Amino acid sequence: MSASSAFSDDKAGSASEPEYGHDPASGGIFSSDYKRHDDLKEMLDSNKDSLKLEAMKRIVAMIARGKNTSDLFPAVVKNVACKNIEDPNQLIRASALRVLSSIRVTIIVPIMMLAIKEAASDMSPYVRKTAAHAIPKLHSLDPEQKDQLIEVIEKLLADKTTLVAGSVVMAFEEVCPDRIDLIHKNYRKLCNLLIDVEEWGQVVIINMLTRYARTQFLNPNINESLLEDSSEKAFYASDDEEDEDKKAEAAALVKRKPYVMDPDHRLLLRNTKPLLQSRNAAVVMAVAQLYFHLAPKAEVGIIAKALVRLMRSHSEVQYVVLQNVATMTIKRRGMFEPYLKSFYIRSTDPTQIKILKLEVLTNLANETNISTILREFQTYIKSMDKDFVAASIQAIGRCATNIGEVRDTCLNGLVQLLSNRDELVVAESVVVIKKLLQMQPEQHSDIIKHMAKLIDNIQVPMARASILWLIGEYCEHVPKIAPDVLRKMAKTFTNEEDIVKLQIINLAAKLYLTNSKQTKLLTQYVLNLAKYDQNYDIRDRARFIRQLIVPTDKSGALSKYAKKLFLALKPAPVLESPFKDRDHFQLGSLSHLLNAKAGGYQELPEWPESAPDPSVRNVEIPDWSKCTSRKDRKEKKLDKPFYSDSEGDSGPTESADSESDSGSGSESASASDESGSGSESEESGEETESEKEEEDEEKEKKRKKRLDKTKAKKPAEESAERCTIAPSGSIKMYELLHRITGEGLAVEYCFSRQPFSPDPNMVAVQIQFTNNTNSETKNLHIEEPRLQSGMRIREFAEIEVLAAGESVTVVMGIDFCDSTQAANFQLCTHTRKFFVSIQPPVGELMTPVFLTENDFKKEQGKLMGMNEISEKLTLGEKCVNEHVIVERVTATANLSRVPCGSDKECRFAGKTVSSGCLVLVTVTTKEGGRAQLTVNCEKMVIGTMLVKDIMQALSQ
Amino acid sequence: MIHSLFLINASGDIFLEKHWKSVVSRSVCDYFFEALERATEPENVPPVIPTPHHFLINVLRHRIYFVAVIQSEVPPLFVIEFLHRVVDTFQDYFGVCTEAAIKDNVVVVYELLEEMLDNGFPLATESNILKELIKPPTILRTVVNTITGSTNVGEQLPTGQLSVVPWRRTGVKYTNNEAYFDVVEEIDAIIDKSGSTITAEIQGVVDACVKLTGMPDLTLSFMNPRLLDDVSFHPCVRFKRWEAERILSFIPPDGNFRLLSYHVSSQNLVAIPVYVKHNISFREGSSQGRFELTLGPKQTMGKAVESVLVSSQLPRGVLNANLNPSQGTYTFDPVTKLLSWDVGKINPQKLPSLKGSMSLQTGASKPDENPTINIQFKIQQLAISGLKVNRLDMYGEKYKPFKGIKYMTKAGKFQVRT
Repeated sequence: MSASSAFSDDKAGSASEPEYGHDPASGGIFSSDYKRHDDLKEMLDSNKDSLKLEAMKRIVAMIARGKNTSDLFPAVVKNVACKNIEDPNQLIRASALRVLSSIRVTIIVPIMMLAIKEAASDMSPYVRKTAAHAIPKLHSLDPEQKDQLIEVIEKLLADKTTLVAGSVVMAFEEVCPDRIDLIHKNYRKLCNLLIDVEEWGQVVIINMLTRYARTQFLNPNINESLLEDSSEKAFYASDDEEDEDKKAEAAALVKRKPYVMDPDHRLLLRNTKPLLQSRNAAVVMAVAQLYFHLAPKAEVGIIAKALVRLMRSHSEVQYVVLQNVATMTIKRRGMFEPYLKSFYIRSTDPTQIKILKLEVLTNLANETNISTILREFQTYIKSMDKDFVAASIQAIGRCATNIGEVRDTCLNGLVQLLSNRDELVVAESVVVIKKLLQMQPEQHSDIIKHMAKLIDNIQVPMARASILWLIGEYCEHVPKIAPDVLRKMAKTFTNEEDIVKLQIINLAAKLYLTNSKQTKLLTQYVLNLAKYDQNYDIRDRARFIRQLIVPTDKSGALSKYAKKLFLALKPAPVLESPFKDRDHFQLGSLSHLLNAKAGGYQELPEWPESAPDPSVRNVEIPDWSKCTSRKDRKEKKLDKPFYSDSEGDSGPTESADSESDSGSGSESASASDESGSGSESEESGEETESEKEEEDEEKEKKRKKRLDKTKAKKPAEESAERCTIAPSGSIKMYELLHRITGEGLAVEYCFSRQPFSPDPNMVAVQIQFTNNTNSETKNLHIEEPRLQSGMRIREFAEIEVLAAGESVTVVMGIDFCDSTQAANFQLCTHTRKFFVSIQPPVGELMTPVFLTENDFKKEQGKLMGMNEISEKLTLGEKCVNEHVIVERVTATANLSRVPCGSDKECRFAGKTVSSGCLVLVTVTTKEGGRAQLTVNCEKMVIGTMLVKDIMQALSQ
Repeated sequence: MIHSLFLINASGDIFLEKHWKSVVSRSVCDYFFEALERATEPENVPPVIPTPHHFLINVLRHRIYFVAVIQSEVPPLFVIEFLHRVVDTFQDYFGVCTEAAIKDNVVVVYELLEEMLDNGFPLATESNILKELIKPPTILRTVVNTITGSTNVGEQLPTGQLSVVPWRRTGVKYTNNEAYFDVVEEIDAIIDKSGSTITAEIQGVVDACVKLTGMPDLTLSFMNPRLLDDVSFHPCVRFKRWEAERILSFIPPDGNFRLLSYHVSSQNLVAIPVYVKHNISFREGSSQGRFELTLGPKQTMGKAVESVLVSSQLPRGVLNANLNPSQGTYTFDPVTKLLSWDVGKINPQKLPSLKGSMSLQTGASKPDENPTINIQFKIQQLAISGLKVNRLDMYGEKYKPFKGIKYMTKAGKFQVRT
């Protein structure tokens, strides 16, 4: 019957959904029940809708009669949900997948797997996000699919959209949190995307990255902790040997490289910091724990303010935050000290909050602020909430043990509390006083006397037990009172609580040992009572003590040492915070809160001794190329990451977002773009787009396969190959060889704007070959370059085989010597040669340089006079704002934006690739769409040409 | 992450449950009831309760416990924050979040919960997206739905989910374009016995109600942004712009939302708008206690202090209070010992006072405790920190919007110790 419930669950069910209202008896359906399920399956698999409908009707009839039809389930699901999975509208595709993946029946696992795989390469990021959501569902349904799912996760991790990032990391955490290796390549991207990811995704990503960073980077506080260690050693060191040790260590310290933070470590810290301003408490907490676990000591402080802010939130949030603050204050007291007053307690706080605040205040207490804190504590003791008063008394006790200066003051204060009318208060004070007295009993025999008197009134067992212990332990300070107390206790022995009884026995034993003359009979009486007590612990204790203290001929050697055993000097108790050492749990986690490992908790790894290879995180695609692509798209729709748009510096660290990870060429990128922004009116258009997209994906897949092959063959070329995978969608493609002139071989090229790694003075040119013939093309290579003097070319490696219908992309480098002269060469296949030439637009001869505003002005000052070209222009209609101007300029020339205070001015900087001359561009906008363009460049030819190009771009 | 959700009312009945994965038996709530019993006050139930197989994370809002069932490690704040978001959404949809409102709209509630979490992971929590998916109930729609049997599920596809400004609906249209901003500040303070300030802080928010057509891009600037010590933003605010220029630049969500919350810390001197003179005393051996309370305005920048409400938890020993207010009314609950005095407006010429006696249990000794006095008040047209909005500009749309800014100061946790 699970099948039927799933049917009705299925919201997405469309035309093929069975008609429930149909009366099964009227259609003669019953007559067909001799048919086997196989027939139905066949019918469902057929192409004809009428057959399917018929089959569905029969199945419904069977279900209605209570027959088990579960083996038909996959076939049915295929028809109901899967149809929608191919719907042209991305939202319908997504919800179909959501419905399908929510059906918790193992029989559809294969279908689900297929659907997820397909959706993971869907061109709509929203569908891919849904695919990521479906992964944990499938994993919990059938853990055996793990390996396949990890493949999908790996693929989705490479996704560059903010929409997908949170969901896929979530899936990663649930399915394979230990596969840290999958993160390497995506680390920087995740850091950069983080600010634009939705809040819930941010939490998951930050927590995961904290763990990641702990495995990959060095402890930023390493030198500090080493220093601490060695100084500690020095303190205890007594003989020369250890001295040498110390020297060796000091030498090691010197030898040790000065700590340099990995730039990736810094990137993480920098990119998470703004999230401290999030409105979502979970995000703030996630960043706070990240800083606590990863940041250098000097920087951790910034989280305090944000955490204090959270204290104004709902009481549940306060509760969790305070727990974490309590742990933090133990290790890093300093950072919360300025906020001491924010932890002051109000009478309206719930008790559990009060107690946590008290904990924090106690942790924050030091010599300088203790008097203020104690004054505050004094008001707390008068509170009506008795649990809170008890906790306050304990807090006072802890302050007193930790800070020697105030011990006597505290003790006096507590003694005053002994006359409080509330018994709980008195009892708690007794317990705390007992602990304090243990530190210096000699000076306080009057207090002990005072407490001995209390025994008549106090009824709280713990307090009575404490007093008795105290009297027994320090019986020589109160020689007259002690036996009398024992007398009283012997009288009430039978009515006491168990802990009190044990302490009575204890007191009796100690008195017997020190003052047997007065107490011998009393002790025996007590021991006899205890012998017949109901509690076996008490009976045991009585028997044990009798053997020890009462010398008989049978008692062994131990009784000689009885006095030493009982009246040994006992170390004073250490009053410790219950939050000590809790930071071995990742802060903010459930496990930390409970101080016990919760299921599924991932340990926070220790810092590595030496940093693992940082190059694993290198990705060959510099981010800025994507930045430009993003900018280009901005023009059409408002679909850029939100935060990143208003920044002055669209530098390489900026978040890069591309709508589609399949983005193999300008075509598919633009297609994804339109449906990605999905406005309602465009639905008719979407159909054709998705077709196109399928084609593209097909191509993309093949190309990737092909790339994989070449990769395997030539590992040396791997890097060059790989950087071709993700060219930016918006970069302009130029034709090198037309399909017809090339007899089926089409060649296009573009300036990928990526540094050409084998030679930094060359411009990278990305060339795409497409074989449109029906046969293979072999041995694609370059011959006979004819170049202007000084120009150089670095050929791509020969392409051995290009199969029919396939395409391949390679990168070559050309040093144009900062001129726009064409590079001519021959492109050869195994049968033909073609003369071709590549002529660069002037804007492609440069590469971005990152300057500050001041640097820019300084450099501009050096390039005046002849080197400055200035032109007035009228901005085109579309150049309405700064964004468009930036977009146009960066599309025309490979420059980077320079941050600028004025919104009337946009500045850009770059340098020529070959000779490294600075190119500075300033666009000043004025009223009425007028503007002034200034280019400063040593190479006047370049300057002039650039002015022309940018003028054209801006006035369009 | 979140496995199931139970809603439990004040009398301990589970009146709604929702499961996102498999069904968890209601009996898991027994652990919650145990904790509830142990807690002396409703707000003292620990937010996280471990049970042998699950963890229960709960929040208490509007006297309803929202109990989420968790099976494995998840940041507790993640769940707590989400639960609060659920409550906010209910409030947004139904106006109030009470048991009755939830039961009346149970279909919408289930629809909302279904969309807000997918397999236990938050999916759509932005009010603007949710409203596209599920229309909030109105009387007319309820009537139509009952007759035609249709649902509240939106007919159109929720395109907002795809946008990079997920908080804003597409295709917003208004005939009157308006943007209102409320700057509301709350003073948290502890005043000691002698009237000196122990700690005082200002917590402020800028709440907005924006009804603008299309995709407006707004900037809001302050005269004195440096005042703000610590800020947190709605995701729509461009952080970098704030960092660089101290300007709030944002594409607003449609409707009501909290743009910004901020904090002005005690480092800056915080003006305390009211003072309290009090004399609450008990004499040893007497069964009477004295109660005297006088309120007065202090630093109010010439504005009137209104809606003043004084409340105090008197010691347990107090049997009754016989008091005489110079204005307003007072009540004393002999069971909870809660005294509250609704003062109204403070007239600086004639200060409000509440005087009289308290009767104690005969023979009982004088109470140790000193009650604290909690004060609530409102001051219109004043942001006590001195924060002022400089200007509001709109880009991206052609029409001229109507803009309005209102200031208000309220007492937050304003406490006077005696």
